[in-house]
Amino acid sequence: MDFLKILNLLEERDPDMSDRLNTRRQALKDFADLGKKLSMAAVPVAMGSMFQKAYGQSTATVVDVLNYALTLEYLEYRFYEKALASTGLIPAGAPNGAITTIMNHEKAHVDFLKQAITSAGGTPVAEPTFDFSGGQGTGNGPFASAFSNYQLFLAVAQALEDTGVRAYKGQAGNLVKQNAVLTAALNIHSVEARHASHIRQMRKANGASVKPWITGKESGIDNSVVQAIYNGEENTTQGGVNITSLGSISANVASEAFDEPLTKEQVLAVATLFLAS
Amino acid sequence: MNIMKNTPSLFGGHPELVKSVHRRSFLKWAGGTAAVTTLVLTGCKEDDTTPVVGEVNLGTGDFAVLNYAYALEQLEAAFYTRVIESQFSGITADEIALLTDIRDHEVAHREFFKAALGSNAIGGLDVDFSSINFGSRESVLNTAKTFEDLGVAAYNGAGRFITSPDYLTLAGKIVSVEARHAAYIRDLLSNGTFADNTVVDSNGLEMSKDPAAVLQAAAPFIKNTINASALA
Repeated sequence: MDFLKILNLLEERDPDMSDRLNTRRQALKDFADLGKKLSMAAVPVAMGSMFQKAYGQSTATVVDVLNYALTLEYLEYRFYEKALASTGLIPAGAPNGAITTIMNHEKAHVDFLKQAITSAGGTPVAEPTFDFSGGQGTGNGPFASAFSNYQLFLAVAQALEDTGVRAYKGQAGNLVKQNAVLTAALNIHSVEARHASHIRQMRKANGASVKPWITGKESGIDNSVVQAIYNGEENTTQGGVNITSLGSISANVASEAFDEPLTKEQVLAVATLFLAS
Repeated sequence: MNIMKNTPSLFGGHPELVKSVHRRSFLKWAGGTAAVTTLVLTGCKEDDTTPVVGEVNLGTGDFAVLNYAYALEQLEAAFYTRVIESQFSGITADEIALLTDIRDHEVAHREFFKAALGSNAIGGLDVDFSSINFGSRESVLNTAKTFEDLGVAAYNGAGRFITSPDYLTLAGKIVSVEARHAAYIRDLLSNGTFADNTVVDSNGLEMSKDPAAVLQAAAPFIKNTINASALA
């Protein structure tokens, strides 16, 4: 990402920003000079401090969104970490390679979000203690064998990735005026969708009846807890337009062609099952 | 700026030039040739409201972003329509099924934008697929990979130009489906490349592209000149 470019655009697109930055030009110049010296890892820090200067009070909302995202990324990261550490669960070769790639992305998302939150003047949420069985701390939830049953592991992975996609999508509207944070969130969102697509292909290779995309509200997972993550995906009306009325487009195609958002409340209702504390 | 990095021959590394071209709504995305440079440079001094022949102007505000998406969806829909009409040799039943799905998704996206934009919609683009060998699996899938990765990078990079939360969410609804396509196509070419380091950076973030870079990459496949001056 070219953050200097983003900041230039931010400046052009949001003239009001100059009112919020007393010495905007100097600040941008400082940032530009700083940018030349920054490693990629340090970029979120500088980015966050820019928002704080430019947007002041708006930062609280941004921090809320970022902390919400951080919680989900922790969940995903630790889930894959534990799976990879479970002897005999994930076959060597391509499956292990793919899950490792995904885990590394989730870890990178955790690190990125923590830095962005801190530098925006917020405090990153403490990492929760997870119960990956989905049993809210009992260890006896519906996914208790996810680290010994490969099929179940992949099913939970699919559910988590599809949830991540819906969760980020649900926050986009809250970031509409926070251009740089929005772009970063979008850039995580699509990576989660790539993960979801691949996990679905892995499930298909292991006999599950799923495609890389979501048809109707089908999860391909026989579990009532999981279903809440897919409800609403069957929507076929977008922006007031009934997609099935546009020529010969079936309801299945219309639902597959658009992924649906979930509200924070909807996501947390599911995520809470995985929280032990 | 990315524009300069990606089109050195077009702008010669002069940021002022890029900016003035943008302001004059006269940027032409037709490849970095000397002829184009001449046209742009001299064109800036001429009447900047005269439309270029074959030019498609995306308009302004959120409509410009929607038309930008509409243009890319037109390109993708036309491509996959050809892919299904003239299937590459060795295509499997599973590939036919899923590539047909993708075609249908892109057609749905295209028709959605056309309907949503109404009288603000750009016209139909003239595509140029002469560089693609539709009988070749490698040619088709590599082009598909280019288009899908480009689509994801385009939606991500254009999000900041959208002012309506509803439109932003709509773009989000589509981009994740494009990302699902991209991952599938990449895995068909080489399993495990669904999110490799050519599209995801060290922070785990997709490498989004601004409209200038996207349209430059798409230009070889589109005969029209696209004026995206509102998206710069």
